[in-house]
Amino acid sequence: MTESTEKMTGARALIECLYREGVDTIFGYPGGVLLPIYDELYDADIRHILVRHEQAAAHAAEGYARATGKTGVCIATSGPGATNLVTGIANAYMDSIPMVVFTGQVPSSLLGNDAFQEANITGITMPITKHNYLVQDANELPKVIKEAFHIASTGRQGPVLIDLPKDITVQEIDFYYPDKVDLRGYKPTYQGNLQQVKRAASAIKESKNPVIYAGGGVISSNASKELLDLAEKIKAPVTTTLTGMGGFPVEHELFLGMPGMHGAKYANYAIQESDLLIAVGARFDDRVTGKLKAFASNAKIIHIDIDPAEISKNVKVDIPIVGDAKWILQKLLKYTESAQSEKWLDRIAHWKKVHPLHYVEPATGDGIKPQYIIEQITEACKDAIIVTEVGQHQMWAAQYFRFSEPRTFITSGGLGTMGYGFPASIGAKIARPDKVVFDIAGDGSFQMNSQELATAVQENVPVIVAVFNNGYLGMVRQWQELFHNRRYSATCIQNSVDFVKLAEAYGALGLRATKRSEVRPVIEEAIASGRPTVIDFVVEEEENVSPMVPAGAAINEILDLERKE
Amino acid sequence: MRHTLAVLVENKYGVLSRVSGMFSRRGYNIDSLTVGVTDDPTISRMTIVVMGDDEVLEQVTKQLNKLIDVIRVTDLKSEESVERELALIKVNSDVTNRSEIMQIADIFRARIIDVASKSMIIEVTGDDGKITAIEQLLKPFGIKEMVRTGKVALRRGQKSS
Ligand SMILES: Cc1ncc(C[n+]2csc(CCOP(=O)(O)OP(=O)(O)O)c2C)c(N)n1
Ligand SMILES: [Mg+2]
Repeated sequence: MTESTEKMTGARALIECLYREGVDTIFGYPGGVLLPIYDELYDADIRHILVRHEQAAAHAAEGYARATGKTGVCIATSGPGATNLVTGIANAYMDSIPMVVFTGQVPSSLLGNDAFQEANITGITMPITKHNYLVQDANELPKVIKEAFHIASTGRQGPVLIDLPKDITVQEIDFYYPDKVDLRGYKPTYQGNLQQVKRAASAIKESKNPVIYAGGGVISSNASKELLDLAEKIKAPVTTTLTGMGGFPVEHELFLGMPGMHGAKYANYAIQESDLLIAVGARFDDRVTGKLKAFASNAKIIHIDIDPAEISKNVKVDIPIVGDAKWILQKLLKYTESAQSEKWLDRIAHWKKVHPLHYVEPATGDGIKPQYIIEQITEACKDAIIVTEVGQHQMWAAQYFRFSEPRTFITSGGLGTMGYGFPASIGAKIARPDKVVFDIAGDGSFQMNSQELATAVQENVPVIVAVFNNGYLGMVRQWQELFHNRRYSATCIQNSVDFVKLAEAYGALGLRATKRSEVRPVIEEAIASGRPTVIDFVVEEEENVSPMVPAGAAINEILDLERKE
Repeated sequence: MRHTLAVLVENKYGVLSRVSGMFSRRGYNIDSLTVGVTDDPTISRMTIVVMGDDEVLEQVTKQLNKLIDVIRVTDLKSEESVERELALIKVNSDVTNRSEIMQIADIFRARIIDVASKSMIIEVTGDDGKITAIEQLLKPFGIKEMVRTGKVALRRGQKSS
């Protein structure tokens, strides 16, 4: 339906488009070329969250998107504002998160002139966006925005950037919002090929040792219910990747934990011994497969993915099914027969018993093991949203938190971005104010975006940052310990800052635990406070993430690394 | 293996760099790339010659299809399509050898399009083999400059699907 047109500026049109896309929150930071847009935002019915660094705007928009499934929106000014977004855009691209990014740009007449604060952001972000636009005429703006939201949120989701020269935002146009997009080069496949589904069903029937390997695609296609139904029907154990975590209940007897480098041993053993690997919305990342030649080498592989380019990119696939995971799993459920694979499940139960995930409690004293904190957070608040930074603490969160629903684990998977977690947790908490939101942080990572404490306090976003303060860039230190003779080159960051005072300086609550017995009480205190909180957990310094597959090894060559006290 | 891809794209700003950027980012080698508008002015057609085995070809095709501005990718198998390239060759020549060069041009159905006192320019159209062959024959005279357009190709018969 065509609405009656109305005259307005590009800036006003932008706001109108956001209303029509149902955007209630945007994360951003102003600048000269954005003045007309910020003037419109001043009394718009959209919550604008003023971050303290544009990188945080992108991460927060992503956290918002991951917590809800909606498209996250952020905005930054031309030049440095735009380039500050780059890490966040790359992060969303690697993890296929729907996001629309607006950047200001110098006026069209100055483009290409090296004008003040000009950066060719469409050129810079070409390889890290699903698509991007440089708007050349304000009359095109509504159509471009409509397309951007469509592209970002459909097919394999991802970030789309719209670059807005300043003159576009003041140009008068006859506003009209199209209700359809017609992109002849973009027609994602949702419904899988039924013939392939039937082939998969018969492969499942023939299989004795099936394993389901589920990734972030299960979360984005909201397919966790179907995944659970299928697993139960065919009695196949399920391993979920880092970004797939939450897609299958951790406490379910068919759950295998995470696969790969820091996965559970039994997950890796099961994959290696399987005769059928059913990959759903996962992309055979090198952190999962280890040595590619030796990965699941006895298994037939079914690969369900919305992105045809992922099929046989890394591992040769026997039965590809391109389409939406939810749709395909529903069909697969219809065509598969119930199965019993008792022998197989017995073997897996045996592995689970002999090779559980475990850590050694300190023999003496009252030291804090990082894994213990995760267990205590689970017990205190099992339905919390867990966001993480990047490093050892991230792996412990994935290994030890007992997730029970999708969209409760938000982590930087593909890019591994330190500094991601805190701003992403702010976005998640704004999206889900009903949830307790933790940022599981390293002392190194938190310092990459700790300025966002100002945002959390000003906007009253009560997230809890649990700093696992080990005095090291721990994950790098672990590799130095194992492969570089304990030469801790540039990884010691002891006594960087007093995290309690840092929190207080921003007006947030600062808490500290130095003893095991204090862990649970500070967690409870933080939750009860209802304020943005930083907890400084002073943990064992040289704890290692275990088990571990050394780089280049097959995933069943997985070693225990825990430190004996 | 050499593959020739016909890639229909939106005739829009930035499309060429999206395509070439994808190739370089993913480490695929372009042998040649030509681009021009089609009978529909909103669509351009790229002819891309790429080296690689079937797996590379499959990935290239899929990655091209992922670009929003790419409308269609067709693998033009040489037995089913006609391929042409045009070359301009400036070769040393004077009165002593002019007719000899013209004879060679004649054999290749090439045309002399410029004659100067010490050189002439030959225009030749054909497939890769033909252009390489005339180049070899002209080399002894001394090739001063040469330019090739890169390959263009069309599928034989009905409009390629
Ligand atoms: C932006 C960025 N820079 C560098 C790295 C490399 N890196 C990976 S983990 C890590 C250490 C993280 O330290 P910390 O946040 O304290 O976490 P820990 O491993 O100690 O738990 C580093 C430097 C990265 N992932 N991201
Ligand atoms: Mg640390």
